[in-house]
Amino acid sequence: MAVTRADRLTVAWRSASINLQGMPVFPVAILVGLGLVAIFAGVLAPHSSEVGNLGERFKPPAWQQGGTSNFLLGTDHLGRDVLSRLMFGARVSIMVGLLAVVVAGTIGTALGILSGYMGRWVDQVIMRVTDTWLALPALTFAIFLAAVVGPSLWNIVIILSAVYWTRYARVIRGEVLSLKEREFVRLAIVAGCSKWTIMRRHILPNVLNSAIVLASLQLGVVIITEAALSFLGVGVPPPQAAWGLMLADGKKGLMAGYWWLTVLPGLCIMMMVLSANLLGDWLRVKLDPQLRQL
Amino acid sequence: MAPLLELRNLSTHYVSQRGTRVVKAVDGVSLALDAGETLGVVGESGSGKSTLALSILRLLPTAAANAGGEILFDGEDLLKKSAEEMRRIRGKRIAMILQDPMASLNPLFTVGDQVGEGLRVHEGTTKRRAWERATELLRAVRITAPETRVGEYPHQMSGGMRQRIVGAMAIACEPQLLIADEPTTSLDLTIQAQYLALLRDLQRDHGLGLIFITHNLGIVAKMCDRVAVMYGGRLVEFGPVRKIFDAPRHPYTRALLESIPRFGDSRQRLTAIGGQPPDLSALPLGCSFHPRCPDAVDQCRAEAPPETGVDAGHVSRCWVAPR
Repeated sequence: MAVTRADRLTVAWRSASINLQGMPVFPVAILVGLGLVAIFAGVLAPHSSEVGNLGERFKPPAWQQGGTSNFLLGTDHLGRDVLSRLMFGARVSIMVGLLAVVVAGTIGTALGILSGYMGRWVDQVIMRVTDTWLALPALTFAIFLAAVVGPSLWNIVIILSAVYWTRYARVIRGEVLSLKEREFVRLAIVAGCSKWTIMRRHILPNVLNSAIVLASLQLGVVIITEAALSFLGVGVPPPQAAWGLMLADGKKGLMAGYWWLTVLPGLCIMMMVLSANLLGDWLRVKLDPQLRQL
Repeated sequence: MAPLLELRNLSTHYVSQRGTRVVKAVDGVSLALDAGETLGVVGESGSGKSTLALSILRLLPTAAANAGGEILFDGEDLLKKSAEEMRRIRGKRIAMILQDPMASLNPLFTVGDQVGEGLRVHEGTTKRRAWERATELLRAVRITAPETRVGEYPHQMSGGMRQRIVGAMAIACEPQLLIADEPTTSLDLTIQAQYLALLRDLQRDHGLGLIFITHNLGIVAKMCDRVAVMYGGRLVEFGPVRKIFDAPRHPYTRALLESIPRFGDSRQRLTAIGGQPPDLSALPLGCSFHPRCPDAVDQCRAEAPPETGVDAGHVSRCWVAPR
């Protein structure tokens, strides 16, 4: 054998490392940082995120008058450490964001391929359902679902996936329609491959790029929606820490000058979503050959 | 011995959605091909050549439907097979090379994966064994260093190589019949000549029946044993290649042959065929060639000519010519 597995891996690695050129450094650093914090929140957090000390309520951040180095970013109305809550909040946002994007992406891609490749009534049924789904206002629909299934972390993932799979189905169907006319797919038909073989071996690998780009662009949307649901009280149930929930808890203190209770989680959400969007934009340019040529 | 493939009165029609317009893309075609023989199908664009090929494989677009006739392959009527039986025949017993083999490879898989795919689909060959077979097949289509090439991707190959790889895919399951639909139109002349030589060798080595669809009469003269000339969805002349080139019976065949430039030809101008190819949805009454035919008589305008035997295995559809 002239080409060993190791050789192939080297080639793959080399092309992968070349492809990292032009990567947006800041957004990736922020996402990686937040990811690490989320993973090690249990170790890094100085205090409990759910149990506070009522004697230490509304302590400002350490650099302000009255702040202590014990609570670097201050405490909330129940005396809970804001820094610790932000760390565990990152865990919720990232976990919900990634899971919802993966689940929605899988459902949407599968339906998109089925719809595009099978055509006829399968296409009609799937696309009419998708149209109907798209006509529903996403957030209202999510609130409705949340009210039906009740608040919990896992239910949020299910709700967000149920709301956001439609975009994938549409985009992937379009891709499949053009792929289906490509010569190599026609040759596979002529060579007697079954529909399932063709969808799995010839269609799916060729639409994965688009699905990944879409998923990275959707990540921000999903995280914002999760925060919104938590803010409205139909998302992650208290006393768990989630950024949206912290915003909701802190809004009453805003007039009283307790700015850190809303500004800090708001900043976290903004940084996370902005980073996810920038990364998604970069991936789109990188993975979409047509845009890449521009 | 029964022929490998026999078409009896095969018709394929495209019907518009409301059923108001019917295009007779293939109309009452009968022909036969023996194992190890090459049949050239010639005709201008829109004469039904490709539809004929797709009809044999039963891969017609949704708008098209079989409108009668029989396709006897190895003694069995393909039109009576179930969809699943047809799928097992495609690629295994009847293989096809498409018009643009350059784009016939999936950019995301190695050549070995793709050449071995047919074996894995049709014969349940293991991945490792299919890979070994793929290497042998690459060698059979004269690709140098097949052990290295088998692990490479289509974009690492030249056009001529990709073409040969498509050839390797077609013969992977050792089919009995190979249909090549204008496989050389996208190639330059040198590569074209190499590829034709390769196809001929493959055919000889494997005893394939080969159907070669083209509008290049030079290729037909070089490659084929028999020729079928199509015009407006009908077979106007069918017979051994020598006889048809030496003594064409149908005026259309004659006109086609006269329109090819020949080396050392003393004539000043090439003869062109006057007029336009027919609109298949509104074919003229009678013989569909009559508006362009120099020999047309009244009968040609009124009645479609039947198939007339000229010689053993040589038939023509013309009122005037056989006399």
